[in-house]
Amino acid sequence: MRHLKPINKKARHIAETTEQDVVALQGGPLATPSGPHIPLGCTFVFSPGWETDSAGGTAGLCQPVERDLFDCHITCFWPAHVPDLYNYAPDWTGKCASAQKDWRKIDLIFP
Amino acid sequence: MNLLRRGEYHAFEADGAPYVYLVPSAAVFRLDDASVAILDALGQADVEPNELVRALSSRFPVADVRATVEDLLNVRAVRLVDKPVEAPVASPPRKRIPLTTLVLNVTSKCNLSCTYCYEYGEDRIVEQSRKPRFMNEETARQSVDFMFAEAGDSPMVHLTFFGGETLLNFKVLRSALAYARDRASTLGKTVDTSLTTNATLLREEIIDWIVENDVGVTVSMDGGKEQQDRFRVFNNGMGSYDLILPNIRMLLERHRRRPVGARVTLTKQNLDVESIYRHLRDELGFWEVGFAPVTTSWQRDYAIQEDGFEAMLGQFQRLAQEWLQYALAGKHHGFSNVRDTVEEIHKGMSKAYPCGAGLGLMGVATDGDVALCHRFAGSDSHKIGSVTDGVDRAKQDDFLTRHHIANKTDCSTCWARPICAGGCYHEAHTRYGESARPNLHYCEWIRRWTNTCLEVYGTLAERRPEYLAQFDA
Repeated sequence: MRHLKPINKKARHIAETTEQDVVALQGGPLATPSGPHIPLGCTFVFSPGWETDSAGGTAGLCQPVERDLFDCHITCFWPAHVPDLYNYAPDWTGKCASAQKDWRKIDLIFP
Repeated sequence: MNLLRRGEYHAFEADGAPYVYLVPSAAVFRLDDASVAILDALGQADVEPNELVRALSSRFPVADVRATVEDLLNVRAVRLVDKPVEAPVASPPRKRIPLTTLVLNVTSKCNLSCTYCYEYGEDRIVEQSRKPRFMNEETARQSVDFMFAEAGDSPMVHLTFFGGETLLNFKVLRSALAYARDRASTLGKTVDTSLTTNATLLREEIIDWIVENDVGVTVSMDGGKEQQDRFRVFNNGMGSYDLILPNIRMLLERHRRRPVGARVTLTKQNLDVESIYRHLRDELGFWEVGFAPVTTSWQRDYAIQEDGFEAMLGQFQRLAQEWLQYALAGKHHGFSNVRDTVEEIHKGMSKAYPCGAGLGLMGVATDGDVALCHRFAGSDSHKIGSVTDGVDRAKQDDFLTRHHIANKTDCSTCWARPICAGGCYHEAHTRYGESARPNLHYCEWIRRWTNTCLEVYGTLAERRPEYLAQFDA
């Protein structure tokens, strides 16, 4: 918390609490083991995106490079390097009916 | 599309710097330039985050604005419009709150006939004729047993004697305290004692007992001779100042171990707060002086009217400034109203109830009936138990549910509610005939007074934070 200075006891308490922002990671291990952990989303599928083939081409890859644009979009809960379509950029892909064909029409998003 | 909206807070300035008092958390934060700009921008309308960043991009780096919005969201000075605000729920505390203070009304009789008295005056709620005028020794002992039983595991309990004129029943007072000390040592607890008196009966023998037993004393007194004698009269109309003056001097001279306070009732006719303070603190030497407006229905001649509240506020503010100067110099100043509020602000108290009545504090009537507090002691409609049968939990829970801040609709939009919580139940009962009603007649006064105390607090926190350490306990 750099922009607000806690002054009274309650404010200090709130500041300390909010600094521990990833609550699940602060809580320690769960009381009961919950069985094997199966990762979901992009961590589960191998999707070679930006890589090229040995000749430097992309045509022969198992997925088109454009596919990667959507890897973190909609299907995944982790909004890594795509605009946040829930809050700031709901129309981000509006002009892009087919990623392979229309990916150049995708707008750049400025904060 | 999610929009940003201002959260609930009160903005104030102290010593030239901007602060917010957050509601309902009661946290106080100092703002930087970016947070002030963001809150200003949200003052007109809800704003979309990107738009906010764009609007402020000429003044602050984008990353700063984003980080500040996050800070403000975290402390709830700003909220997302789509995210619902949790509504407070009116429920009694889940864990039973132990009794910390028991007030014994050892008598309902008084040797003065103060015109404005809520116990005897036109606004009384207790039908005196049906109750014994004096508490007997047995009831006092039962009250002490009740106190320890209700206190649970608390290592310390406060036993307070009240009246009527408390000292009219000195015999019972003395035996009750001796019994309480005895029980406390058996139980391994400490009992702290205090009493309130009009000082008419403070003779040498009683003062010796007070000193010996380390009893805290509050003297009800209205100021200098003219001020005191206006309402605090004997039943033949004679003023009481000349009689109590030597008693008070003797008490203040001998009772050095505990601070002795004066408690002043302000009326339409007696509103010169500063001169009263000077007299009681500087001339007589009370350690502190607390002021409260008279509790009365609005029609009474002595009820403070609108312009009176205004005058009172101006004087409170001047004394508060003086208090601040003393505090900055590390010195004691005896204006206890500001001290009490500054302490509440420092702790960040956010109250569901205006006071501890019916919770950690209860009052016992002369016949052993237990009421919400000393002001209701003896009133059948505010009885929540008796010292022999204990507290009626159903009645207590019902009281605590009905009087919870969540049920005071008028308070739901007021920023001062963490501190005020609707104000005194007895005041509301006298004014509106219903203890659960918020005291709407002094809302504006409370907000402006709380603002003054926030300004004092902010300045002190910035310039002499070590002074506030005394409130950390």
